[in-house]
Amino acid sequence: MSTVMAGRQQIISLIGNGVTKGVFKMIKKLGFFLLMKGIRMATLLVAICFISFLLIKNSPIDPIQAYIGADMLNVGPEQRAKIAAYWGLDQPVGVQFLNWGSAILSGDLGTSMIYRRPVADIIGERFVNSLALMLTAWALSGIIGFILGVVAAMKKGTWIDRIIKGYCYTLASTPTFWMGLLVLIVFAVWLKWFPVGMGVPAGVLAEDVTLLDRIKHLILPAITLSILGVANVALHTRQKMIDVLQSEYVLFARARGERGFVLFWRHGLRNVALPAITLQFAAFSELFGGAVLAEQVFSYPGLGQATVEAGVRGDVPLLLGIVIFSTLFVFIGNLIADLIYKVLDPRMRGGEHYAFYSRRKK
Amino acid sequence: MPILEVKNLSVAFTQYTTGFKQKSHQVISDLNVTLEAGKILAVVGASGSGKSLLAHAILGVLPTNAKVSGSMTYVGEELTHARKIALRGKEIALVPQSVNYLDPLMKVGKQVRTSVRTGDPKEAQKNVFERYHLKPEVEGMYPFELSGGMARRTLLSTAIVSGAKVIIADEPTPGLDPTVMKEALGNFRELADSGCAVMLITHDIDSALSIADEIAVFYAGTTVEIAPVTDFTGKGEALRHPYSKALWRALPQNDFIPIKGSQPHSSALPPGCLFEPRCPWATSDCRKGRPEMRELRDGTVRCIHAT
Ligand SMILES: Nc1ncnc2c1ncn2[C@@H]1O[C@H](COP(=O)(O)OP(=O)(O)OP(=O)(O)O)[C@@H](O)[C@H]1O
Ligand code: SF4
Ligand SMILES: [Mg+2]
Repeated sequence: MSTVMAGRQQIISLIGNGVTKGVFKMIKKLGFFLLMKGIRMATLLVAICFISFLLIKNSPIDPIQAYIGADMLNVGPEQRAKIAAYWGLDQPVGVQFLNWGSAILSGDLGTSMIYRRPVADIIGERFVNSLALMLTAWALSGIIGFILGVVAAMKKGTWIDRIIKGYCYTLASTPTFWMGLLVLIVFAVWLKWFPVGMGVPAGVLAEDVTLLDRIKHLILPAITLSILGVANVALHTRQKMIDVLQSEYVLFARARGERGFVLFWRHGLRNVALPAITLQFAAFSELFGGAVLAEQVFSYPGLGQATVEAGVRGDVPLLLGIVIFSTLFVFIGNLIADLIYKVLDPRMRGGEHYAFYSRRKK
Repeated sequence: MPILEVKNLSVAFTQYTTGFKQKSHQVISDLNVTLEAGKILAVVGASGSGKSLLAHAILGVLPTNAKVSGSMTYVGEELTHARKIALRGKEIALVPQSVNYLDPLMKVGKQVRTSVRTGDPKEAQKNVFERYHLKPEVEGMYPFELSGGMARRTLLSTAIVSGAKVIIADEPTPGLDPTVMKEALGNFRELADSGCAVMLITHDIDSALSIADEIAVFYAGTTVEIAPVTDFTGKGEALRHPYSKALWRALPQNDFIPIKGSQPHSSALPPGCLFEPRCPWATSDCRKGRPEMRELRDGTVRCIHAT
């Protein structure tokens, strides 16, 4: 024990006391932050599970019919009861929830009624497809939106700014499915540049599908998603950049002779990029929502499409599984956004100093 | 020859009120100041009298909705906006009013180094930090980590390393403890003695008196009097304008009599002399128009009845 202590002491004095203390403090703070977030997420998940379970139980969805599908007519009441007993549907709602809940805790999301396969497998498979789509759209809209926003702000009041602003406001009020149809008609039907839909070419064996095929099928839905995603980032970046350009520190930078690109590079970029990146991560929920609609329009076999199918055809286990998964997905996006601020913004790293700073600012 | 001359400077802000109506606020009217090499001009005046705006106007960094008129000359030649852009940070430097003028996400050492115009930036920054007793670790700090005094000295450092000949310092002393403040003021005196022209904007007449050569008294966006520092003695008999006299006598070590009333807001300026509503000498002539700035004894004054 004492050798460990002595060893640590030595390391501390080696690195320099002040720095080490700071790093330890930061790690401690970060650990606490993550712990609190973990607790928060657990509570959120339990609440979401409970609410969605209740909602589905009280909805007109009949899980037995979902299981049987079109063969409904041939099933008598006896068989119905058997199926209900098999799925545990004959038990009280509370017991059903507990059964389901404990299964989930042991990592078992149940079996999809429409696909007749474990829910976890389906979500995993579909998510990989969606992830490719969402990541492409996410990166594209982030980068293009950021550039458009910065340009609009730097050229505020000029025709460039007006065009970008007009474009963004129009897009912000455009429904995803409508944009999807438009893109589909122009690029797939008229120009025939891209396939009309699906994730892979029709009538081709799975092992014969090339990466290029997959990419070709990805492009149109990704473009649809990014065209719409751009508006949000661009408008936010524009406003933030305008604030930065009017800030006292940019005034002082100009008073010191900085201007044009140097001014933007030194003071604009870092002050605008931080909130923009954070916003991008915090927008995971919209990304997911957009994907649901875009995948539907393009019949793209992603998680969004599975969500719609599960909802329409009453696949309760799959639907609940997706609800849990998407909650996690959105939560992680927000967590990354928070972490970026914690780690990159020196004011957040310094904690108590920050309070002093913001107090003085008033 | 004056190094920097500001003549009849007026600044107005146009603001859009409800229903697309434009409203214009005259925040600086007909202002005149002159800076000379080797001299310190202190600018004193109440909050909102336009001191910071004058500083920003000289550097050409007023907001875009500001309408500026009047003229400035720098070493005898007209100081156009293009020339301001070329000169600022090189020959004319600003020491801004607060730590918020530093980029919150950039280490202060780097911010000082980017102000260096000739020579090795690293070297210059190290030297200036040493000169102002800023420890070496300060260069790795972010603005929010600085104490009030450290922030002031960092801001001052940016102006010093630029090697500028004209220093416009906007309230460089609040928040400093007395010894540091004395030192900071001493630094300005040193700068002036080495040939710089210094404009020292301050609330604090006492510190202005201790180092300045001339004092310009601001009221509601204009200069009411510019007087040599030696006129600020006794009961203010040597002063020319009723406002400067009243300001002087309001100091605690003098009569400590506050001036009645308050400075008019830029949206409701009186039609005649700006001080007329509060002036003990006012006559009906004072309401007829803005008095011109005129020479009187060794200074200038904006009052028709001053003797
Ligand atoms: N961007 C702006 N738009 C409209 N009015 C402004 C703007 N900036 C300043 N003003 C007004 O101009 C007047 C002078 O402001 P200024 O900052 O120069 O005062 P100051 O003398 O420096 O005061 P202080 O001692 O508090 O720093 C104030 O009444 C202020 O409200
Ligand atoms: S001009 Fe008249 S009102 Fe103005 S300061 Fe002189 S005496 Fe007073
Ligand atoms: Mg000011």
